[in-house]
Amino acid sequence: MIRSGNHIFTLHPDYDKLPEGIQFNEDDFLTASEEDKENYIEKAPAVSYWKDAWRRLRHNRVAVVAMLILVVIVLFAFIGPLFFEADYTTQVRGSENLDPSFLHPFGTDKFGRDLMIRTMYGSRVSLIVGVCASFIVLFIGTIYGSISGYLGGRVDSIMMRFLDLIYSVPDILVVLLISTVIKVPLQDWVNNSNSGLAKSMITLGPGLISIFIAFGLLYWVGMARIIRGQVLMLKQMEYVTAARAVGASRSRIIRRHLWPNCIGQIIVTTCLQIPSAIFLESFLSFLGIGVSAPMTSLGAIAADALSGIYSYSYRLIIPSVILSLMILSLNLFGDGLRDALDPRLKK
Amino acid sequence: MAKYIVKRIAQALILIIVVACLTFLLMNLVPGGPFLSEKSPSPEVLAAMEAKYGLDQPLPIQLKNYIFHMVHGDFGVSLKMQKNRPVILIIEEMFPISAKIGLIALLIAVSIGIPIGCLSAYYRGTRIDSALRVVMTLGISVPSFVIATLLLLLFCVKLQWLPSIGLTSWQHYILPCAALSFYPMCYTGRLARSSMLDAINQDYIRTAMAKGASTKAIIFKHALRNALIPVLTFLGPLTAFILTGGFVVETVFSIPGLGRYFIQSILVRDYPIIMATTIFLAALVIFMNLIVDIMYRVVDPRIDITKGGN
Repeated sequence: MIRSGNHIFTLHPDYDKLPEGIQFNEDDFLTASEEDKENYIEKAPAVSYWKDAWRRLRHNRVAVVAMLILVVIVLFAFIGPLFFEADYTTQVRGSENLDPSFLHPFGTDKFGRDLMIRTMYGSRVSLIVGVCASFIVLFIGTIYGSISGYLGGRVDSIMMRFLDLIYSVPDILVVLLISTVIKVPLQDWVNNSNSGLAKSMITLGPGLISIFIAFGLLYWVGMARIIRGQVLMLKQMEYVTAARAVGASRSRIIRRHLWPNCIGQIIVTTCLQIPSAIFLESFLSFLGIGVSAPMTSLGAIAADALSGIYSYSYRLIIPSVILSLMILSLNLFGDGLRDALDPRLKK
Repeated sequence: MAKYIVKRIAQALILIIVVACLTFLLMNLVPGGPFLSEKSPSPEVLAAMEAKYGLDQPLPIQLKNYIFHMVHGDFGVSLKMQKNRPVILIIEEMFPISAKIGLIALLIAVSIGIPIGCLSAYYRGTRIDSALRVVMTLGISVPSFVIATLLLLLFCVKLQWLPSIGLTSWQHYILPCAALSFYPMCYTGRLARSSMLDAINQDYIRTAMAKGASTKAIIFKHALRNALIPVLTFLGPLTAFILTGGFVVETVFSIPGLGRYFIQSILVRDYPIIMATTIFLAALVIFMNLIVDIMYRVVDPRIDITKGGN
């Protein structure tokens, strides 16, 4: 490598053409001094994986906008209700079916409940269901996938057959079936016990609980497959061989060496589970099988509005738009996150 | 090949039986069992039920009886929705209506989704591509009930161009089919885009370009044919989406199909209908997956599924 003024070029004229009009002096060909060597080393600071990912994410305009929308929705759902004394059950006599006004920006419903407050609680339910269901998927899928991938061989093929079996059962039917089945036993159990858990169970209603059960039973399949694929690849790495050579146990290798190396995939897949859980929840609530009254969700608010569609169409539009915006932003943000955390996957 | 098909069909049948067993066992968690409504039935009904399903016998024998009756096309009688009418007749009456709308929606989804996806891949990186991608992402983010209700609001309530309820003329089909096909259309579009992009980057496309084939020939003859294979495999899940969407769309537009009927039976807890419809719809999806698997093999001889490789 030689250096002339500001130019650095290799001595391979075949593919690295010498710029024309450059004069070489004799000292260009001298051995580099210690000081020169220092200068060759790039002075850029070390960048960690997370910093690098954050930089990539920041430059993705779509993902940033999606993130801002999500922040606004989260503030609306979790901070918003703190400013009002009324909650989702408060009925005000004499102010039924009001149009939007300063006092009630989204109007009130036929029981005189403020629709903005109900929309806030509804968004909160949707978000909580989405996040909790994704954590169930994260938990089961990661463990199942990494065990199957790491052990390999016959264990792996049996575990994968089991996944295929689950995969071929239509998920929506299972959710509907479970919500039907657990309704009566749940009611009985709550009536007979007075614990806090039972109370919170009934606030959620059988529909939402069946969503969680269904996510625990069915939806982790995708996560398990992705993690298994990663683990199959990663377990060939030298550091795994080294860890085994010094006598690390299987579970230690999975926990300390394999999981940290699929963290990007794990985060992205979990993140993309959230919109699908919200999707399912709103679907069930819209059909009247999801949250049980008086608790509400965006799907339930939209279903309530359907009967008054001729007079109060805005009641339908508001929850629909918030819900669609929420799912869209989560999808776009998840895509952006995938590009940021795992740039190899980018298309 | 014949061996593979026979094996696949056998697997599908076993899976259907497994689903039926699980459905039956799950439903038995309901207090009193699925065949008796919560109200105590009259002694004659109780006796008839006991005689038929052997409700006094242990669960495995009841299960065997249920599966035996099921295989012979007897799913029991409705308890509440249409009291004492055989469930199988109800499904026979309702399913064709849902199937008709579902098939139309499926055709719309595939015939618009694939061209959109290919267009987007062909113009990759341009404004056209970004615009189409936004539409497609929007399409998979908006729940079907939002699409259905907003279409209802716009075309039936505000503009009053189309009828809103029932299914008596061809105009009645427009909105339900549009609402039902939107999500699968966008999903197909996204899939078609990525598989078209994969196909375009293959070596044989470069070869075709090098030998001077026209763009039209490259796209339609070389790229599209190979790009369609992954899209084909999506027909199974697509059927499941249409099924899911059908529940909502039939409810919103008050269409007397199986989807709406299923949801209503869940709400009033008519267990024999719930069980029969669950098994029937699961069998439908499993059957579609079977067809897709076999077609996949026929279309792309490179794939040897019998050996289980990729």
